Amino acid sequence: MNIINIEHIAKIYQVGMEQVHALRDVSLKIDKNEYVAIMGPSGSGKSTLMNMLGCLDTPTSGVYDFKGVSVSEMTDNELARIRNKEIGFVFQTFNLLARSDAVHNVELPLIYAGVPSAERKERARQALIDVGLGDRMHHKPNELSGGQRQRVAIARALVTKPAIILADEPTGNLDSKTGEEIMALFLEIHEKGNTIILVTHEEYIAEHAMRILRLRDGLIEKDELVERRFIPKARETIL
Amino acid sequence: MTSMFLELREGLTIAWWAIRANKIRAILTMLGIFIGVTAVVLMSTAIKGIDNSLQQGVSSLGSDVLYIDKWAWFSNEEWWRMRNRRNIEMNDYYRFKDLVKLPLAIAPVSNTVQTIKYGDRKVEMVFLNGSTSDYVKTTNFDFSAGRFYSDIESDGARNVAVIGSEISSKLFPRGDAIDKTIKIGPVNYKVVGVLAEQGSTLLGAFNPDNQVFVPLGTIFKYFASRNMRSITINVRAANPEMLEATKDEAEGIMRKIRGLAHNEPNDFSINQQEGLTSFLDSITIIIKIAGLFITGLSLFVGAVGIMNIMFVSVKERTREIGLRKAIGAKRRTILTQFLLESSVICLIGGIIGLIAAILLSFMLNQFFPTSVQYDVVILAIVISLLTGVVSGLAPAYTAAKLDPVDALRYE
Ligand SMILES: Nc1ncnc2c1ncn2[C@@H]1O[C@H](COP(=O)(O)OP(=O)(O)OP(=O)(O)O)[C@@H](O)[C@H]1O
Ligand SMILES: [Mg+2]
Repeated sequence: MNIINIEHIAKIYQVGMEQVHALRDVSLKIDKNEYVAIMGPSGSGKSTLMNMLGCLDTPTSGVYDFKGVSVSEMTDNELARIRNKEIGFVFQTFNLLARSDAVHNVELPLIYAGVPSAERKERARQALIDVGLGDRMHHKPNELSGGQRQRVAIARALVTKPAIILADEPTGNLDSKTGEEIMALFLEIHEKGNTIILVTHEEYIAEHAMRILRLRDGLIEKDELVERRFIPKARETIL
Repeated sequence: MTSMFLELREGLTIAWWAIRANKIRAILTMLGIFIGVTAVVLMSTAIKGIDNSLQQGVSSLGSDVLYIDKWAWFSNEEWWRMRNRRNIEMNDYYRFKDLVKLPLAIAPVSNTVQTIKYGDRKVEMVFLNGSTSDYVKTTNFDFSAGRFYSDIESDGARNVAVIGSEISSKLFPRGDAIDKTIKIGPVNYKVVGVLAEQGSTLLGAFNPDNQVFVPLGTIFKYFASRNMRSITINVRAANPEMLEATKDEAEGIMRKIRGLAHNEPNDFSINQQEGLTSFLDSITIIIKIAGLFITGLSLFVGAVGIMNIMFVSVKERTREIGLRKAIGAKRRTILTQFLLESSVICLIGGIIGLIAAILLSFMLNQFFPTSVQYDVVILAIVISLLTGVVSGLAPAYTAAKLDPVDALRYE
């Protein structure tokens, strides 16, 4: 079944007298347990598309069905619920709460989901262990390295067991070795059955995915399967 | 339901962090609320205190007593018209006493201001009341020691005195006034009675606590010649219901005694507590309105300060708000969070203000009647919470309706 089904979506921003066509006419289907990379030059509409997919933004025109339900007909509270339960966001700039430690940052979506305290703490801990930060539970963001911060953010995205993970340039602020570690983590998450969509500028990062979507000027230029997936070292070939 | 509670707790925690992260700013904001709440609490305790004190003072005058006097207590008549009235003299009193039937008690009163001494202690500017032994029947006096002067002492103009509780404690700190000889002006008097405290600090010299009572004859003998000054005739009705009838009777008889023709106006006034009460009421209402206005103003200034700070706080945390929305916070959740923050600031400021006000009013109580009641505590808390909610509403609403994408993009 398609988790995501987009048909002829457009997003137009009005800047003063001028209209900016961030997305012109995008149609797209994404299945469960797919791993999609979105590429394209700066300003081609990658982030706009991601925000749309994550129910953070609504299209100017077109249809978006998430798990068979039309997003444009959802109320504000329903959108908040989808973002909370079904979608895990990972940002380029981490977006952690500076004054909270790792556990509390990971707990946050569970608070909005109404999970009781004890269970919340337990699940947050487990998520941190899963991303390899079992020994950094009570560190604040400024006491963590960039890669570790991104792992906290990934744990936060995973903790609600969402249907899809959306990552907008998750390695953009990291050096290539740390980026590699994060990609290995995504691979692991994908192998556990998650659906992942990520935006990147790096060809080799994109080649971790199964499918690459190339955008240009708000249109899908190319939608291709990856023939030779890039498998991080210390791993067997998957294909 | 549990999610509501969780969000509330999370909101409180966030609020607490936000406040701690900007201590100086929060403290400055709290100052506004602190001053407002202190003003409200002080003002309302002061008003209560004045009310209580006036009430006590007025009731010590007795609600069933008439005071027949040359002067009206409250009147629109020009004072010179009253000054030109004939004095009320002892002969008027004797004839009045012969003719009336309704009153429970009647007493002629003349007073002067004197210095009272015992040994090297003295109290200056004391109201010295001269009357007959019936005077005590026109009052509700209780005695902490001794008695009122007797008929014999009164008729014989003996040098005996009954002193108010405050005079007693000033002259006789050890409370052994009875049978001591005090000096009123140049004259020796023996203390035969001490009044129990009547308790009204506001009435000052008019409070029986600060007065001395002696036989009328001695006033005429030592301090004022018999016909020089107008006396007051105190008339006590049998009961409050009889007050009007007693007043009508007194008016008729006084007119007859003074030989007034039909078309002539009264050349005397019949005063009673009621006039005083309504006069005092009108004063306290003015105090209350002024107080309300001043405290309202300071609260308003505090609220504007909070609103300002909350707007700054929302601006500063735009990205954080965006993130919270991106991971599932509803509008309502964000709204609650910021309302809680402003309420917590106000509540803390308010509670500190309340404590300060209570301490202050204990201190002020030395000079001025105040009365802390615990409805004031509730009032202060309600007011500070209300201020928090009202001043937090607009900023919180701004935060709640932020677009998540714009907020996350905000630099
Ligand atoms: N809020 C906005 N108002 C106006 N124009 C916008 C807004 N957001 C995006 N745009 C425009 O939409 C276009 C697509 O932006 P988008 O952020 O999706 O690009 P991108 O592909 O993610 O680029 P990058 O690789 O640099 O992140 C750009 O031309 C941008 O200027
Ligand atoms: Mg982008």
